[in-house]
Amino acid sequence: MSARLARRDHRDAWLFLLPVIAVILLVAVWPLARTFFFSFTDAYLDEPSVYSMVGFDNFIEILQDRSWWIAVKNTLIFAAISVAIETVLGLAIALLLNSAIPGRGLARAAILVPWAIPVVVATKMWEWMLNDQFGVINKVLSGLGLVDHGIAWTASSSLIMGVVIFVDVWMTTPFMVLLILAGLQLISPEIFEAADVDGIPAWKRFWSITLPMLRPAIGVAVLFRVLDALRMFDLAYVLAASNENVMTVSIYARDRLISFQELGVGSAASTWVFLLVAFVAIIIIGVLRLDKAAGT
Amino acid sequence: MASVSLHSVSKSFGTHAVIQGVELQIDDGEFVVFVGPSGCGKSTLLRIVAGLVAPTDGVVAIGGDDVTDVPASRRGVAFVFQSYALYPHMSVARNIGFALETLGMAKEAVSQKVLSVARMLKVDHLMDRRPRELSGGQRQRVAIGRALVRQPEIFLFDEPLSNLDSDLRMEMRLEIARLHNDLKTTMIYVTHDQSEAMTLADRIVVLNHGRIEQVGTPQQLYHAPDNRFVAGFIGSPRMNFMGVSSQATAGRIVGAGNLSLALASSDLENPITEIGIRPEGLRLVAEGDGRMVCILERIEDLGHEHFGYCRISDDTVWVIRLPEAPSPDRIGKPVGLDFADAAVFAFAGDGRRIALAGLQKMAAEAPLP
Ligand SMILES: Nc1ncnc2c1ncn2[C@@H]1O[C@H](COP(=O)(O)OP(=O)(O)OP(=O)(O)O)[C@@H](O)[C@H]1O
Ligand SMILES: [Mg+2]
Repeated sequence: MSARLARRDHRDAWLFLLPVIAVILLVAVWPLARTFFFSFTDAYLDEPSVYSMVGFDNFIEILQDRSWWIAVKNTLIFAAISVAIETVLGLAIALLLNSAIPGRGLARAAILVPWAIPVVVATKMWEWMLNDQFGVINKVLSGLGLVDHGIAWTASSSLIMGVVIFVDVWMTTPFMVLLILAGLQLISPEIFEAADVDGIPAWKRFWSITLPMLRPAIGVAVLFRVLDALRMFDLAYVLAASNENVMTVSIYARDRLISFQELGVGSAASTWVFLLVAFVAIIIIGVLRLDKAAGT
Repeated sequence: MASVSLHSVSKSFGTHAVIQGVELQIDDGEFVVFVGPSGCGKSTLLRIVAGLVAPTDGVVAIGGDDVTDVPASRRGVAFVFQSYALYPHMSVARNIGFALETLGMAKEAVSQKVLSVARMLKVDHLMDRRPRELSGGQRQRVAIGRALVRQPEIFLFDEPLSNLDSDLRMEMRLEIARLHNDLKTTMIYVTHDQSEAMTLADRIVVLNHGRIEQVGTPQQLYHAPDNRFVAGFIGSPRMNFMGVSSQATAGRIVGAGNLSLALASSDLENPITEIGIRPEGLRLVAEGDGRMVCILERIEDLGHEHFGYCRISDDTVWVIRLPEAPSPDRIGKPVGLDFADAAVFAFAGDGRRIALAGLQKMAAEAPLP
């Protein structure tokens, strides 16, 4: 391609990108920039126009808050455990759905149901099922004679994190299944046939062929899910509001911003959340070498 | 090394019968080629031998043992796929040696073996590359190497060369022939390509609609096809056909182009309905000479050979193979066609070939009834 032609191509490309860039500036960059700006002020939510600059004070204040570190710990535990379970479960279900079992079309559709339910609805549903007095789960457990009185799943401080992780796994494993299944279907069946004829045992086929070839798909799915989990707000908030045992960093930021009306500190908390998510994303992309894996 | 035998093997996908009652005996060390039109079931039959597809019916035996229910991994066969099916995330060396890793062989011994196979196939300088960094021919060599390293009892090839250009195809064809010569292992080879089939095969199996039309040496199939399908399928360009009417009582057959052949003997039950003559069995002669007339429509000059296209009737054009190009001003003019008695193949209404004892030329001017 001649240099002039290439230049014209570039100009056309920019022309097509312009509307998108405008929208992104408006809905993403502008609010982010505002948040970033307010995190250096002592503004309050009731009167945001009155403020003075306070430098990095807000950022430091958050780092000195014990609740923030609890929220960070909760968020990391939640993200690590739920994504790990979802990945293993998603991989297993995808492998199952990919093999030629009868009725897999129906199973494939059915598996999507939990994902299609809005988070708030699903959470409320599970909250009711887990209720210590009227919940169906306790009813079944006591019916089987496993417990003598109902367990307060969502009230007990030691159980509630488990409940949040469980509900998240229930809701988002389908997403994992779908992404991994798409990756599985990209692998030519002849590769597995070749391994079959060559007498490669099933476990080695899985470890040395299926898993490495699925790495890009699993990597992208894990990245999506981790970023999602780190920002998690709705599930824990609907289930336990500001309960410190499951308070995530997003809930912490919301509390500072809305409950305490601290626009400056809340914005700083939001900025910390953003930095945390970005940091983890960079690590994951680096570790999984997603940028390179795309070609294989 | 092992023999292969298929006994009344059938395969249906749903209600679609893809392989129907195949009987085939392949001897130890034989090179057998499956040919047939697209979709006739060649790959399916090969996969049945490999154990990748389970037959609906029938018995598959390898080396005399019934292996119908034995999984592919324990049949001692190696399969070379049309798409090569190399492991994309592994180096060439690991691709070749992967099957040996699980056999509990020492690392040293594995790499020794891989290297010797790679040398033999001239891919030893590519050992660290990934498949996507190889050319088509190199990928094919690696795929063959992967099969070779296991020293299988039987090699199965499913159109291994069809993704290569014609030069490379010729080169790889020679190498596969050499391989068979050196190893003397039983090989079954599926192809679309006539010349591959004719040059590689000890015996060719012609398939059509999931049935075997004929099994025989390349020469048998060419010179003595059992039926019209095989006659039309083997040979390139294909045999020229023409419908004829038998006048059994008059002891002759007639057809377009003033064709009129006297039969030495005739079978009243099974009249000849069609004849065929190969392009190389026809000679172009002056108008009025020869045994047929036609209009020369077009000449194709391929340098080393020439083809003439002759219109015999409104819907019949025959191809003639010519030793040298005729002068261009014969195009569009009537010409004569001549052929030897032995060049004529005759077919009955059901497609079976009828052996002809001898033909007599009738005067072309003889009044047609
Ligand atoms: N898994 C399958 N399910 C349903 N039908 C199939 C399946 N595999 C093959 N067929 C059908 O069986 C027939 C034979 O297929 P096969 O692949 O054996 O043909 P082929 O002779 O190898 O053709 P080609 O020369 O094009 O490779 C085709 O009509 C095909 O559509
Ligand atoms: Mg095929």
